[in-house]
Amino acid sequence: MKILIVDDEPNILMSLDFLMRKEGYEVFVARNGTEALESLAQNQLDLVLLDIMMPDVDGYEICKHIRQTPELEHCKVIFISAKSKESDIQKGYEIGADFYITKPFSNKAIVTKVKELLSPINS
Amino acid sequence: MKVALSIVVVILSLLYLILLFGLAYLAERKAESQRSIINSPYIYALSLAVYCTAWTYYGSVGRASKTGLDFLLIYLGPTLSAPLWWFVIRKIIRIAKIQNITNIADLIATRYGKNALLGGVVTIFSVLGIIPYISLQLKAISESFAITISENPNITKPVYIDYAFYITLALALFTIYFGTRQLDLNRKNEGMVFAIAFESVFKLWAFLLVGGYITFFMFDGFTDIFQKAFAKEELKNLLFVDTSDANKALEWFLIGLASMFAVMFLPRQFQMLVAENKQEKHLEKAIWLFPLYLLVINIFVIPIALAGKLFFKEANIDADTYVLALPLANEQYVVALVTYLGGFAAATSMVIVASLALSLMLTNNFFIPIILHFELAKYFRDKQWGKWVLYIRRASIVLVLILAYAYLHFILNTPLVSIGLVSFVAVSQFAPAIIGGLYWKEATRKGAMAGILAGFAVWAYTLVLPTLVANGTFSEKILSEGLWGIAWLKPYALFGLQDLEPVSHSLFWSLLFNVLAYVAVSVYSSQSPQERNQAELFVDVFKYADAYEEAVVWKGIAHKADLENLLSRFLEKEKVRNLLAEFEQENKGKLFENEQERNAKLVKYAEKILASAVGSTSARILVASVVQEEELSQEEVIKILKEAQELKKINFELKKADRLKNEFISTVTHELKTPITSIRSMSEILYENPDLPEEQKRHFLQTVISETERMERLINQVLDLERFESGKQKLYFAKYQINQIVQEAVEIYLGVISEKKFKFNVNLKAENEFIEFDKDRILQVVLNFLSNAVKFAQKEIIVETNSNGRYTQVAVFDDGKGVPAELREAIFEKFFQAENQTIRKPKGSGLGLAISKKIIQYHKGNIGVERKEGLTKFYFTLPNTQ
Repeated sequence: MKILIVDDEPNILMSLDFLMRKEGYEVFVARNGTEALESLAQNQLDLVLLDIMMPDVDGYEICKHIRQTPELEHCKVIFISAKSKESDIQKGYEIGADFYITKPFSNKAIVTKVKELLSPINS
Repeated sequence: MKVALSIVVVILSLLYLILLFGLAYLAERKAESQRSIINSPYIYALSLAVYCTAWTYYGSVGRASKTGLDFLLIYLGPTLSAPLWWFVIRKIIRIAKIQNITNIADLIATRYGKNALLGGVVTIFSVLGIIPYISLQLKAISESFAITISENPNITKPVYIDYAFYITLALALFTIYFGTRQLDLNRKNEGMVFAIAFESVFKLWAFLLVGGYITFFMFDGFTDIFQKAFAKEELKNLLFVDTSDANKALEWFLIGLASMFAVMFLPRQFQMLVAENKQEKHLEKAIWLFPLYLLVINIFVIPIALAGKLFFKEANIDADTYVLALPLANEQYVVALVTYLGGFAAATSMVIVASLALSLMLTNNFFIPIILHFELAKYFRDKQWGKWVLYIRRASIVLVLILAYAYLHFILNTPLVSIGLVSFVAVSQFAPAIIGGLYWKEATRKGAMAGILAGFAVWAYTLVLPTLVANGTFSEKILSEGLWGIAWLKPYALFGLQDLEPVSHSLFWSLLFNVLAYVAVSVYSSQSPQERNQAELFVDVFKYADAYEEAVVWKGIAHKADLENLLSRFLEKEKVRNLLAEFEQENKGKLFENEQERNAKLVKYAEKILASAVGSTSARILVASVVQEEELSQEEVIKILKEAQELKKINFELKKADRLKNEFISTVTHELKTPITSIRSMSEILYENPDLPEEQKRHFLQTVISETERMERLINQVLDLERFESGKQKLYFAKYQINQIVQEAVEIYLGVISEKKFKFNVNLKAENEFIEFDKDRILQVVLNFLSNAVKFAQKEIIVETNSNGRYTQVAVFDDGKGVPAELREAIFEKFFQAENQTIRKPKGSGLGLAISKKIIQYHKGNIGVERKEGLTKFYFTLPNTQ
């Protein structure tokens, strides 16, 4: 299973990268929206852990792109963001995310959710 | 034949009235379900066309056939002055909304200190001036009926078979039912307005229909009529204007002026223009839509007049009736019936609105003040005075219509047009008091009273008196020799001003005396504190717009319970409670000097609410009866007004500061979430994975440590910034060389820059003189600039210093993406993340630049960013001497 992690904070990338590799997934990273789009085009990704606030293209745009691309229709999207208001979370789901996790997050919670979304029943 | 026709006409009229009732009813129902039909600028503009009455239908053609183009004057005046409405009318609408003013008498009375006597005078004169005009419409209805069924229109009938009588009755019912549905005049009369708008459309359509018929079917189009007219000398003259006659020019000017005033201040116009206005914004469209309507409805007037003269040649047909006579002569009964209905629509709309408007004036400024003065209220059962107010309004409508009918029946015998103009001149007498009241704070009540009395005296003498000569009340000698034989007092030629037609002559002298008296008496009389207060509120209405209650001046003792009781007499208890709750809500967060001030506001609020039921003068009297007012001096009034302005400003500042604080807190907490996320995640990893390789463990722990340092930095920055903003910051000034400090900063970043393989140039071109600044802080700024440059540069960074005699500049250039022009100010603000922003500002530069800006400000220097030769330049300048 291939996972893309998108966040402009290198330290967060580092933790998430460690966590996902430990579970045995193949991990790709992107430090901004542009890199994320490139990675999406090149790799057959199954899940994206997506930050929202980024310097060039924001997470909402990336998610919309994923939802509008037929080849990526099976790809899961999890927003991970410090934006934690009710309206932010709702917007995230409206844009098409499969889940929304707020920062700071619990490692266990993320890993559990990723496993759940990538389990055979859900693919 | 005649009987059949009259039955048809009666039935048609009845059907039309039923249609009118139906439309009005529909509009009321829609309004109740919150979908107001009349909330449209087009309906608003159409409702203003109530200006066009039977006069437009019959009188214009009549006048055009006698004197040519001057019938257009009463439409030109409003058209030319319409742009001014945006200033004058909008101001009046605003004032009317704020103070719950619903008619001209209330407007004038309120402006001049809520004076009941002045209100009463305006009401009496309005009634005197407008009743004849209403009679005229009734006469037009009955005459047009007679002509349509080919009867002699000049036979006077006994009342019980007089067609006009029954129409008057029906109109009274309509006005009562749709004009007095509720006590609160804030709620608009949706049904009535819609009905009037419909009538405007109908009468326009009908007039165009008959005009079109006459022009294109009885003749061969415009060219045909005009060609035939040109062939006859006397007709040709109708089409031209004699520009050499100075008297004519003056007359034209005066009539245009009178109609300018009339279109704004006639009671029916004020009712539609101001009282029934739903949104100020509708005025924008009305300013051009209404003149457009006037243009279209007048297109066929000249052709019809000419056609009439051509067709009837020497026959003795009253030109006023051409519009009906022409189709009838050709046995086009359908066209004639439509025309008749059009005129019917025009006349009925005037009657409805005018009688409503007059009834409001009579109720608020005549009957209720009398009741209050003679303490007749004790005869009402204590409970619902509100119901009595409604009854009085309805009785006033009936009174007005009875008077109008009586006038018609017993007195009226003059041609259609000039009575209208007499009303115009009457209404013009209010113009100085109103317009002066809007723009001249020193205008006083005594001045207004003097002006209005003087104006009406002259009006009565020059226009009303002569009609009383005509029916024998006064001797003819007054006209030919002047009062008591004094030639200068001839009603038609005062002070020797001959050669003017009676109407313009009257307007000239009445306005002259009016304005002179108004200005002279205002200048020499003083204002009561109430007047002074109202003057401020009128002239500066836009300034006080949201702070009306703060700006109203009152001192005394008031108890909320008493006011609540008073209001409950007029409005339902539930509504009163809601209104008072609204008041509490509005004033929750506001500053008050003391409890007494709060009561003053409540008193004024109660007065305003009552004004929507009984008008502001009576409201004042009523409220005064349940509270204890204290006399205020002029100085106190002005002082309170100034304080109100101050308070308003303070409250605004407080709200703004509060909002900024909240935004700041949310941004900072947001920023802190990022390092906390890393710290938590990494710590959890370290905890769950004790068997990690040492190298990795150390790497993660290092990250945790540096993130805590990052949080510490952020918190320190916030505190630092707070100290700057509250003025508690201390800077230590001493003399240094700028190049030295810049060099220090450069050395700190040298490692990072060479690691990233940037091209790096340092040009320290500033003089080596010693200037005063805080070394550590300026170093901080330069380090901040370098840190940003390193983050954004792609290949090149340049550092420069420069100086001239008075300033020294330090600049850092990078070849990165740069800052868009519109963000170059904002980037130095303390938080640069609006609620919905998703493009993140580069890390760290958030507060860093804000602090840099504060530091430079404390040095009395400048800081900024610009684009120069393809590079982004961050710079600051310091004065060489502090």
